[in-house]
Amino acid sequence: MNNQPNIYKNKKPVFFFLFPAFLFLALYLFYPFFKNIINSFQIIKDLGAPAKGWNDPIYKNYAKLFTDKNMAIAMKNTLIMIVVTLIGQVGIALVLSLMVDNIKRGAKFFRIVYFFPIVVSATALGLLFNLIFLYDKGMLNQFLGMFGVTELTDWKDSAHAMVTMMVPVMWQYVGFYFIILLTGLNNISEELYESAAIDGATVWQRVRYISLPLLHNVICTCSVLAVTGALKVFDLPWTMLPNGMPMGETWLTGTYMYYWAFQGKDIDYSCTVAIVIVVLGILLSKVVNMIFKEKDY
Amino acid sequence: MKKKKFSIGLLFVYLALIIWALTTIYPLVWVVMNSFKDKKQIVSNSFALPVGSLFTLDNYEKAINKFSIFTAYRNSLLISCTVAAVVILLAGLASYALVRYKFKGSGLMNSLVIAAMMFPVFATIIPVFRMESSWHIVNTNNLWLALLSCALPQIAGNLAFAIVVLSGYIKGLPVELEEAAYMEGCNAYQIFFKVIMPLTKPSFATVGIFSFLWSYNDLFTQTFFLRFPAHWAITRLLNEISGRQGTDYGLMAAAVSLIVVPLIIVYVCLQKYIIKGMTAGAIKG
Repeated sequence: MNNQPNIYKNKKPVFFFLFPAFLFLALYLFYPFFKNIINSFQIIKDLGAPAKGWNDPIYKNYAKLFTDKNMAIAMKNTLIMIVVTLIGQVGIALVLSLMVDNIKRGAKFFRIVYFFPIVVSATALGLLFNLIFLYDKGMLNQFLGMFGVTELTDWKDSAHAMVTMMVPVMWQYVGFYFIILLTGLNNISEELYESAAIDGATVWQRVRYISLPLLHNVICTCSVLAVTGALKVFDLPWTMLPNGMPMGETWLTGTYMYYWAFQGKDIDYSCTVAIVIVVLGILLSKVVNMIFKEKDY
Repeated sequence: MKKKKFSIGLLFVYLALIIWALTTIYPLVWVVMNSFKDKKQIVSNSFALPVGSLFTLDNYEKAINKFSIFTAYRNSLLISCTVAAVVILLAGLASYALVRYKFKGSGLMNSLVIAAMMFPVFATIIPVFRMESSWHIVNTNNLWLALLSCALPQIAGNLAFAIVVLSGYIKGLPVELEEAAYMEGCNAYQIFFKVIMPLTKPSFATVGIFSFLWSYNDLFTQTFFLRFPAHWAITRLLNEISGRQGTDYGLMAAAVSLIVVPLIIVYVCLQKYIIKGMTAGAIKG
C-alpha cells in the first residue's frame, strides 16, 4: 500500500470499468455507423446476405436520391413534420409550463398527467388513434355527430392524412418539453419576480422580461431535441399510415428507410436514406443553434 | 377590481390546463372503456360507460385465446429487464471511472459518449443486423439467442444516455466517503459496489426505468430482430394483431389496453423517478 491520499492514483481499474461499456458502443454504434456508409455504396439485396460487389457507378444510390419521387415526398413531409413539431411541441409546452409555473395548486398533478403519453409505446398510441380517427365511425366522427355533423370525414384521405399523422406525434411529446421547460422556470430565482412585482410589473411583463429571456438556453435545447426527435419518428406513422398510405403521400425519411429494408429489398438504398437522416439531423441542429445564438433580448 | 381580474385570469389558466390534461388522459380512458364493449357498440356508442348490457369480456377472451399474449409479455420482460440491468451496471462502472479518474484520453471518451447519443438508430440498425446475422444469433429458432439479439443493440442504444445521467450524479457525491472507504482497505471495485452504488440508487433507478420503458416500447428494433412469432415481444405482437385483425375494433381496444395498463401502473408507482430522470438528463429522444 502506498500512502498517497488520492485513491485514484492507481489507474489499473480504469480499463476494467470502461472496457465493457465502450466495447458495446464501439461494436453497436461506431462500427455500424461507418459500416453503414460503406454499405450505401454496395449491392445488397437481402438483410442477411453478403454484399455482391460495388454499385456501378459507385454513387448510384446518391444519384437515385435526387430522382426518386417518393424520397422527395419523404423529405418534404419530414421538413413539414419538423416545423410542426418544433412550433407545436415547444410552443404548446412553453405556454403550458408558464401557466403551471404561475399557479399554486395542482402543479404536481399536471406534471404527472402531461408527461404520461411519453411512457406509452407509440405503437399502442398509433392503434389508439386509429380507433379515434376511424372512418366508420371512430371517436372523432361520433363526437362530430353529436353536434349534428352527419357527413363522415375520412381522416386518412389525401386531404387529411398529413394532419392525422402529425397531430398524435406532436401531442405525444409536448409533456417532454413541458417538464424540461418547467425545470428551467423553477431554477429562476423567486426574488426576481418579487422585485418585479414591487415595481408594478404585470404578469405578462414578468413573463416577457424575466421568464422568456432567462429561459432562452432551455428553449434552444428543446428546439434541438424537437428537431432531432422529429427525424426519429417511426412507430406512430408506421402503425397509423403504413407504406406512406394513402398512395405514398405520407412517407417520412424514417418510414421510407424501413420500407426499403423490408418490402423494397434494396438494402444499400435503405442505408443511403439512413445517411440522409443523419446529415439532416446534423445540419438542422446547427441551423437551430445559429438562429438562437443571433436572437438577442 | 384588480383582484377580480386576476381571478378571472387564473380561471382561464386552469381551464386551459385542464383541457390539455383531458387530451392526455381521456383517449386512454376511452380505449380501456371500449375494450369492454362489443364492436358494434364501439362504433355507435363509444362514449357510454361499459355497464349493464354493454359490458362484455369477449374481446379479452379473444385476445388471450387467439394470440399468445403471455408469451409476448414474458419475452418483453426478459428483454427489457436484461437491457435495464446491463445498462445500469455498465453505465455505472463507466461513469464512475470517467468522473473520478483523470487519465489520458478521458476527454475523448467523454466526447465519444456525447457523439454516441446523437446516432439515430436508423443509421446503425442494418449493419448491426448483418453483424449479428454473421454470428448466427438472428433468424434462429433458439428463443434465447433471438431475445439476446434484440437486447444487445438496445443496451448499446441506452448506454450513452445512462452514462450522461449517472456521471452528473456521481460528480455531486463527496469524494471523502470514498477516501474513508479506502482507508478501511477497500479497493476501487469494492468502493464502487459498496459506496457509489448505494449512494446513487435513485439515479440508478431512473436510468433503469427509462431503459426498461424504451426497450419495452421500441417497435423498430423489435421488428428487425424478432422474426418468429414465438419470439415476439409485446409491442411487436400488438403491431401484428393490428395488421391481421385491424377491423376487429373490440379486439384492438383490448390489445391496446393490455399493453398500456401495465405501463400506467408502472408510471403511477414510479413517476417520481421517471420525471426526475427527465430533468436530470433530458437528452435522449
